[in-house]
Amino acid sequence: MANEGTQEQFSSEELPIVLVHRLPSFKFPSKPYFKEHLLSHFHLLDPHESPEPYDSFLNRHAHSIRALITIGPNPITAEFLKLLPCLGLIVATSAGVNHIDLPACRSRGIAVTNASSAFADEVADCAVGLLIDVLRRISAADRFVRARIWPVKKEYPLGFKASGTLVFAETFNLLGGKQVGIVGLGSIGSEVAKRLSAFGCSIAYNSRKKKESVPFPFYASVCDLAANSDVLVLCCALTDETYHIINKDVIVALGKHGVIINVGRGSLIDEKELVQCLVRGEIGGAGLDVFEDEPNVPKELFELDNVVLSPHCAAMTPQSFEALFELIVANLKAFFSNKPLLSLVSNE
Amino acid sequence: MANQGTQEQFSSEKLPIVLVHRLPSFKFPPKPSFKEHLLSHFHLLDPHESPEPYDSFLSRHAHSIRALITIGPTSITAEFLKLLPCLGLIVGTSAGTDHIDLPFCRSRGIIVTNASSAFAEEVADCAVGLLIDVLRRISAADRFVRAGVWPVKKEYPLGFKASLLSFTGYSFSILFFLVKLGGKRVGIVGLGNIGSKVAKRLSAFESSIAYNSRKKKQSVPFPFYANVCDLAANSDVLVLCCALTDETYHIINKDVMVALEKQGVIINVGRGSLIDEKELVQCLVRGEIGGAGLDVFEDEPNVPKELFELDNVVLSPHCAVMTPQSFEALLKLIVANLKAFFSNKPLLSVVSNE
Repeated sequence: MANEGTQEQFSSEELPIVLVHRLPSFKFPSKPYFKEHLLSHFHLLDPHESPEPYDSFLNRHAHSIRALITIGPNPITAEFLKLLPCLGLIVATSAGVNHIDLPACRSRGIAVTNASSAFADEVADCAVGLLIDVLRRISAADRFVRARIWPVKKEYPLGFKASGTLVFAETFNLLGGKQVGIVGLGSIGSEVAKRLSAFGCSIAYNSRKKKESVPFPFYASVCDLAANSDVLVLCCALTDETYHIINKDVIVALGKHGVIINVGRGSLIDEKELVQCLVRGEIGGAGLDVFEDEPNVPKELFELDNVVLSPHCAAMTPQSFEALFELIVANLKAFFSNKPLLSLVSNE
Repeated sequence: MANQGTQEQFSSEKLPIVLVHRLPSFKFPPKPSFKEHLLSHFHLLDPHESPEPYDSFLSRHAHSIRALITIGPTSITAEFLKLLPCLGLIVGTSAGTDHIDLPFCRSRGIIVTNASSAFAEEVADCAVGLLIDVLRRISAADRFVRAGVWPVKKEYPLGFKASLLSFTGYSFSILFFLVKLGGKRVGIVGLGNIGSKVAKRLSAFESSIAYNSRKKKQSVPFPFYANVCDLAANSDVLVLCCALTDETYHIINKDVMVALEKQGVIINVGRGSLIDEKELVQCLVRGEIGGAGLDVFEDEPNVPKELFELDNVVLSPHCAVMTPQSFEALLKLIVANLKAFFSNKPLLSVVSNE
């Protein structure tokens, strides 16, 4: 099991030891004072804050490290894990844990917790915002107004010109009645479903397994889901199985008026294929918070008014950072007192 | 009452006569084929499609005109109405009817119908979209990415940073200006068709809803504030969904904006003149209010250029109603109201007198 040893480390002289695992350029968010707050509960070991060479520092402390926090997408490989023989817990600070070798953790008995429950509302809000924006061309219209094009056409506009192209009202779309297919009905996907239901959308989903308590239709294949949807919202984890899960077949199944919203990971989508389909008008539009090679975004997308681009910030509000912080502390405290963890990443 | 005369005009030889009232540049939407559909039910009289001078055309037909359709915000004044002594019905094609002299219609017994029920979902969707955009800076972030600024900062962005870089005049606020929607107190000004649908949507985001209306609505579970200033003082967001009338002109004034406070956001999908626009612009520029999402302006299509510099403002060119589905619904509503009128049945979307 993960919780080896019986050493109680709660006296103020000996706070539980937690390794901070990060690339030098990644830091804790400065608000709400993550580091200061963590230091009041735990003894943080941060190799990048020590003058000692990284390997030597890690080696010296290895046997007292039972838990680590990982900041940003710094990979945690099987090789790295071998340097920490007593590790029992990895606390991730993101919703995604695709940067962590989960099978290696499983075989070592290392528990991994993620942060999606801290961010679920924010990411769901953003997914809905991106969808409305694509369907109703909100950002395109905003560019049109800021470019001072509106007054040029003196006629009462029944559509408006954006980027020089006349966009008739027929491209704007009502949410109500749309069939929304959610790929991954976890914390985030459920919140998306709840919100879009209030707009009159009908919801269906694909997940690793059908969820018994959920009233929405389940599709075992993403392609079938796409064939029965007007919109796909990607809320699932990136794993070997879900890499490029949105491929050409799925995009074709979704159809010419289909819209894809991605608040998961860029590599859930075959991005080159998506870009081609968007450029050729073979799909209706896309709202993307994540990309295969952030921060690089295919420049063909910059020309398109039916695409909304977001720089991987769907999770980000001060409130989500507060919630993240609380979740990190709660998971660590639970671990050190042998209680159940809060946001364990499932093995199924 | 409005329905004078007993002449039944339903034989195909004599379809009911309906005047089309519009400025020459305003036309029926091309899709769905409004004009074709209407022509299958009614005999349309359109002065601008006649070689005859406008006044003479109108005068010649005046006594057979019992109903008219008004396209877009073409004004209907008391003077104009005096030219149509037999008029009983004005069918508005917009949600707003502020371009129509309602008191005069009332005194003449002329019924006015509007189109807000046809558009309510579209407008509500747009209002929510504008709100999420303002709170989460979606359009600002989109501009940031399109400007190619994201890769310039090589650090993994915990927010989109360009604090030291000002690209095309925009300096992007650090992530701490991004705001969570849940838990926000939303004050809806005008809880009609559109306002109710906004409330329904925002409730799913766990916002709490309160409202101001001409009168408290008994069947509604949300707290009512008789005074917009009080509503503002107890809200984080105001969504304007009410009609523009003499009473609501500049209803959002400096006092209301001050009551709303520095983090407050205003979403306007009603009419530009619900807001004292000069004052709003000053408050936004001075940072005395948190942001705004505006589909309407006091002097469309002119938008105060100070707003172009602001990332906490989203600008929409009065298109909150526009989807193919809303035009279908509009056409059905127009036809239904006209048919009801000509067969002495109750109308569908009468503009209330209260």
